[in-house]
Amino acid sequence: MIPPAFDYVRPAGVEEAVRALADAGEDAKVLAGGQSLLPLLRLRLAFPELVVDVGRIPELRGVREDGDTLVIGALTTHHDVVHDPLVRRHAGLLAQATEAVADPAVRHRGTLGGSLAHADPAGDLPAVALALDAELVAQGPGGRRAIPAREFFTDYLQTTLAPDELLVEIRVPKRDGWGFRYEKFARVAQSWAMVGVAALVRRDDGHIAEARVGLTNMGATPLRATAAEEALAGAGDAGAVARAAESAAEGTRPSRDASASPEYRAHLARVLTKRAVLAAAGMG
Amino acid sequence: MTHISVTVDGTAYEDEVEPRLLLVHYLRDRLGLTGTPIGCDTSNCGACTVELDGVSVKSCTVLAVQADGSEVTTVQGLAPDGEWTPLQRAFHERHALQCGYCTPGMLMAARDLLRENPHPSPEEVRRALEGNLCRCTGYQNIVRAVLSAAEESDGSGATGERSAASAQEVTA
Ligand SMILES: Cc1cc2nc3c(=O)[nH]c(=O)nc-3n(C[C@H](O)[C@H](O)[C@H](O)COP(=O)(O)OP(=O)(O)OC[C@H]3O[C@@H](n4cnc5c(N)ncnc54)[C@H](O)[C@@H]3O)c2cc1C
Ligand code: FES
Ligand code: FES
Repeated sequence: MIPPAFDYVRPAGVEEAVRALADAGEDAKVLAGGQSLLPLLRLRLAFPELVVDVGRIPELRGVREDGDTLVIGALTTHHDVVHDPLVRRHAGLLAQATEAVADPAVRHRGTLGGSLAHADPAGDLPAVALALDAELVAQGPGGRRAIPAREFFTDYLQTTLAPDELLVEIRVPKRDGWGFRYEKFARVAQSWAMVGVAALVRRDDGHIAEARVGLTNMGATPLRATAAEEALAGAGDAGAVARAAESAAEGTRPSRDASASPEYRAHLARVLTKRAVLAAAGMG
Repeated sequence: MTHISVTVDGTAYEDEVEPRLLLVHYLRDRLGLTGTPIGCDTSNCGACTVELDGVSVKSCTVLAVQADGSEVTTVQGLAPDGEWTPLQRAFHERHALQCGYCTPGMLMAARDLLRENPHPSPEEVRRALEGNLCRCTGYQNIVRAVLSAAEESDGSGATGERSAASAQEVTA
């Protein structure tokens, strides 16, 4: 279908973009890679009066280091995240999960910031941002603020971003030495996760010292499997990991749709948590 | 209306377009380049795949205004002198199409793969074509065609040992 009519601006910088958003109020939409927004417009599920195309703002793209933190521009494409040497070295979980997003053509356009701002609980990267304890930096008319990932996602497709705020960068603590694995369970190639599990594991002396587990599509927002994380601390073998993974679905509220019931999703969360943690811990 | 300048298959165009115009509609309806088909409304099928500044994109999921200042290559720009590329020839020779609806997108996606990875494994070819649906062929011959084009561009010929080995892998 043909999208509804809208006005279009392409600001050259962040401040100009924020001003355009602030002037337009609730009726403006940011356009990044367009890989979620354009399908919505085409299906006439969104009717913005103004589209603010931030796709050509150079300072929003790219990856740099800031001490123990990786700073990833919100407009960095999935393709660039997958191939970035800094991301691969210090945030392998993000590179691996991003490679599981969609297909090559979508990854050439879609952006990390767009995936997080879109906040689809079936998206792969929100749960990864949670597991990594990333910080999302937003810029509005009043300046910048940093939002911890665990406070960013508020409901289905909802975040704490105000309509006049632009997500500008994602700050990811380096996780050197941590094992990682993103396990995605999907019905067919190129499809969204029925359930996904992002695991990060720090080992100490053959035991799991600390585990972080993010869950994709187990509720209206991405979640951390906190009960499983606690149970995993100290696990020293595959049996202990399997027992701890039994609590992976605790506190979640998975949805029902054409491809899975809530019970099946809970089952997947347990199985995928076991697989992801075993792989991340090198016990697989 | 928004002014755009865009080069498509080597020809430069200047146009006034509505911001909501999709690149695929611009190509087909405005420029008459109907070699790029539309196969779905959900960005899933990949039939509309073109190259935008050297990388594959789904032209139904890009606005024409987003292509302002860019270079677009469609399937119609692959053989400007009428001489097919090895990839096109391989699709022909290996029977990689039946109705042909998916073929422009398959060619553009495969081109993208071979640029990044000139020697893909059968598994890598399948992964790279994940965003391109074919309702006819069952994909086997498409994968074979991409592998044989990779070998041919390589200079090692399409009938050497490697070709036999990878054909085996594909059927295995
Ligand atoms: C066929 C297909 C399959 C897909 N499969 C998957 C999948 O398996 N897993 C997955 O995770 N994703 C998948 N996606 C979605 C893809 O990852 C998108 O790239 C992503 O969801 C949105 O990123 P974008 O840059 O394209 O954002 P856009 O579409 O441009 O924007 C999305 C939303 O975020 C807002 N926004 C974007 N950037 C900012 C910003 N910097 N500041 C404030 N707001 C902003 C926009 O206003 C809009 O509401 C798929 C998409 C397609 C088309
Ligand atoms: S028409 Fe573009 S993906 Fe189907
Ligand atoms: S040949 Fe008919 S869809 Fe692929």
